[in-house]
Amino acid sequence: MAKRVGMEVSIAASEAVKLADVDVIAAYPITPQTHIVEHLSEVVADGELDAAFVPVESEHSAMSCCLGSSAAGARTFTATSSQGLALMHEILFIAPAMRLPIVMVVANRALSGPISIWNDHSDIMAEQDIAWIQTFAENGQEVFDLVLHAFRVAEDSKVLLPVIVNLDGFTLSHVIEPIEILDKAEVDKYLPPYKPKVRLDPRKPVSMGLVGIPEIYTEAKKATDEVLINSKKIVLKAWKEFGDLFGRYYNPVESYKTEGAEVILITMGSISETAMTAIDKMREKGLPVGLVRFRLWKPFPAPEFKKAIAGAQTLAVVDRALSPGGACGPVAEEIKAALYAERGRPKVFNFIAGLGGRDVTVENFEEIVSKAFAYAKKRPKQFYEMIGVREI
Amino acid sequence: MAKIDAVMGWKELDLGCVIRQPGSSRAFKTGDWRSQRPVVDRDKCIKCGLCWVYCPDLAMVPAEDGYYAVSLDYCKGCGICAKECPKDAITMVLEED
Repeated sequence: MAKRVGMEVSIAASEAVKLADVDVIAAYPITPQTHIVEHLSEVVADGELDAAFVPVESEHSAMSCCLGSSAAGARTFTATSSQGLALMHEILFIAPAMRLPIVMVVANRALSGPISIWNDHSDIMAEQDIAWIQTFAENGQEVFDLVLHAFRVAEDSKVLLPVIVNLDGFTLSHVIEPIEILDKAEVDKYLPPYKPKVRLDPRKPVSMGLVGIPEIYTEAKKATDEVLINSKKIVLKAWKEFGDLFGRYYNPVESYKTEGAEVILITMGSISETAMTAIDKMREKGLPVGLVRFRLWKPFPAPEFKKAIAGAQTLAVVDRALSPGGACGPVAEEIKAALYAERGRPKVFNFIAGLGGRDVTVENFEEIVSKAFAYAKKRPKQFYEMIGVREI
Repeated sequence: MAKIDAVMGWKELDLGCVIRQPGSSRAFKTGDWRSQRPVVDRDKCIKCGLCWVYCPDLAMVPAEDGYYAVSLDYCKGCGICAKECPKDAITMVLEED
């Protein structure tokens, strides 16, 4: 039976990995991901998990090792943050191209420079084109549930793509929350053993990761893109089955008090919970505001998003990463692109907040909403605006 | 000249572009960007095999009579064989000629 326990979210993430009975973990410790792999190395050393823990010399090696172990048919996990994710960059693209269902937790942290160990989304937003499925967790329970969901989706024979579960560094990774930990029998019901369709096996040799000449590269990219787009069906199915088994249902896009909302806030990750408190406060004052937040980020759930924001005149998109010199932040950019061809599309204003560990407060959300109301009447001069920046 | 014959559609590609047939790269003729080809003068050739040793593409094929034949399916026309031949028995000739 599932047990509700007070647990650090990082430990809950690694407990989910343990319950998923992974075969190989290749990881390099980096703040704020460290507790996840530290705990996994302990459970492997203590014999609680029969897996190979590969203490690699860098994240580049970690991802390369994951490629190899997943190609051999092993259930494979890694976790990283910020500079570590950036160091994996060139290998990240290869995993989906080779259709390797690796699961990775990214404890989101700002990229240098200046050096920052604190939370924002600049690490993951620099990896938007890697063709991994990506989800964002809002709280500790979601982290636990999304890790199990990630294995289930990644290894589905119709998907076979790697999955990243994003969780906010420190804000989520280092807090202790009451989390319902499923037992092994329950997890086994949800997550069958991984049956690779093709794997490295000396008895039946194959070649993987070969050159794609100009005559085939485009087709190879198209094939991966199609699988990623179509993986959404399996993402949704796996959430439905999770809900049916354990009572917690998840959607790619979640709405909060959007009925009759003129302005809708758009968020991702743990700041969504603060945003809900802010919405409650503003609704009490009679402001017609609501909140829409992404749980599934890639493949971008465009139809679900359009349905969620239908009726709103203005969107206030909060980005936790800067796209310097660009038109707006990465989340706003995706949203604007998705809405551009829509008739009667809402106005979209973009606010950059919570960079490098700066708190995003209820007051910040109130400021964002009040600016969105004002900009809807009088267009602002700038494409995007940084919230809380000291103008002196 | 060898041509790359890849007309597969994206739906026909194997999972992750895996290749299940070992040694199939032999079927992939890589000599089609050559602008010059080596021509061996058998009167000068002393069958020393240095062309075979130096060829980076294994395009010099030893024949039963001890001479070396050029495999134009793989020869990229780099000219190393002509440069290394101690008897100047190999001449690079423009493909158009």
